[in-house]
Amino acid sequence: MTSGRKQGLFIILATFLISLLVTLMPLPDWARPFRPQWYTLVLIYWAMAHPERIGVGSAWLLGLVVDVMTESLPGQHALTLSLVAYIVVKLHAQIRVFPLWQQSVTVMALLFLEPLIATWAMGITHQPPPPAPYWFTPVIGMLLWPWIFIILRDVRRRFQTN
Amino acid sequence: MMFGGHKQKHLKAIHHSLTLVVYPLHVLANTPMFVSNWMVETFSTNSRLQEENDRLKEDNLKLQAQQQKLVSLENENIRLRDLLESSLKVKDRVLIAELIAVDLDPYKHQVLINKGGNSGAFEGQPVLDANAVMGQVTNVTPYTSTVLMITDARHSLPVQILRTGQRAIAVGTGNINRLQIPHLPNNADIKTGDLLVTSGLGGRFPPGYPVATVTDISRVEGKAFIDITATPNARLDHTREVLLVWTVNTPKPPQPDTPEPKQDSEQPELSELPEQEVVQ
Repeated sequence: MTSGRKQGLFIILATFLISLLVTLMPLPDWARPFRPQWYTLVLIYWAMAHPERIGVGSAWLLGLVVDVMTESLPGQHALTLSLVAYIVVKLHAQIRVFPLWQQSVTVMALLFLEPLIATWAMGITHQPPPPAPYWFTPVIGMLLWPWIFIILRDVRRRFQTN
Repeated sequence: MMFGGHKQKHLKAIHHSLTLVVYPLHVLANTPMFVSNWMVETFSTNSRLQEENDRLKEDNLKLQAQQQKLVSLENENIRLRDLLESSLKVKDRVLIAELIAVDLDPYKHQVLINKGGNSGAFEGQPVLDANAVMGQVTNVTPYTSTVLMITDARHSLPVQILRTGQRAIAVGTGNINRLQIPHLPNNADIKTGDLLVTSGLGGRFPPGYPVATVTDISRVEGKAFIDITATPNARLDHTREVLLVWTVNTPKPPQPDTPEPKQDSEQPELSELPEQEVVQ
């Protein structure tokens, strides 16, 4: 089944790529602070569905790409995403069987790690603390999770990514 | 890695190779904007183009008139400088670059432009828009470079009050339309509406380009310094085109490895006649 595995990896990479693209997509100014953490959501899904393929290592690589892509402090996203992936891989068996709403709440808790570490990074680089909407993005992520989950589950089933 | 990468630059190589990986992503994300611009240009009506053409002709005429005055002023300036036996570099070379429409880290004031090392951009290079100083290049890849804008909280640049010649530092606040001028003594001669221009100290920005207008001054009795805020003249969040500047025969830009240009004022070029070198 090597060709199937390869195809699966390809699909996973493609979803990550799309999530990165929508992260870069220019938004009107008022909407910018509310941009959901697309790549984190996608990462959480794949780490939960295929913890044996997508783990801390791939999360770290993804984080590096995000850092370079958005010109943030090198290592900031790498650290956050590795942490998120670690927790998800540890708990994947539990999160998987949660009902969807409970999953969403867990996801929100995970998403909070990112602004948390980012504020810390801003602190050590002497930047002013971010405005209030900054803490709101995980909530948007939570609301989006059911849709992300359903879409990616269908993708996973359609393409048999295991 | 975070701590190391922030201060030291030994991760440059990795960062550079990664930027090359990311470049196609940036281009791809820019595509919708690129296509829509192209559509607008291609399908815009004849009358609109005519209108725009008229407006541009008018602008051009005005600018040419100003230019005439500038040439004579420039000559006069050089003559006066000769009398004072100080050298002067009035001529700057510029290159137009376009913004790539991608959103970077929303809490840093950075933009990506479509000219990079292949066009001769270098780290620390000053960037202008049509009105004023916009920022400086902080990261160069072969095809793109990142511009740190003057309002970013990590940025500060040496300025001069055009009216009095008083030197100061304009520090970014992290707010897109505000700069702060710290450390001016309570009795300093400064008014709202004063124009701040680059002073050229520190050697990174050429002297005499407009930067910001003073908008708010509060003198508090008993405090040693005035609280001054200024609004950048550059339209930092609106422009689509920027100018990269090369000062002709500048001494090599000082230490390109210091990302935060908290200028310690080493003075490569003492310019004492700021009023006459304003290029506008």
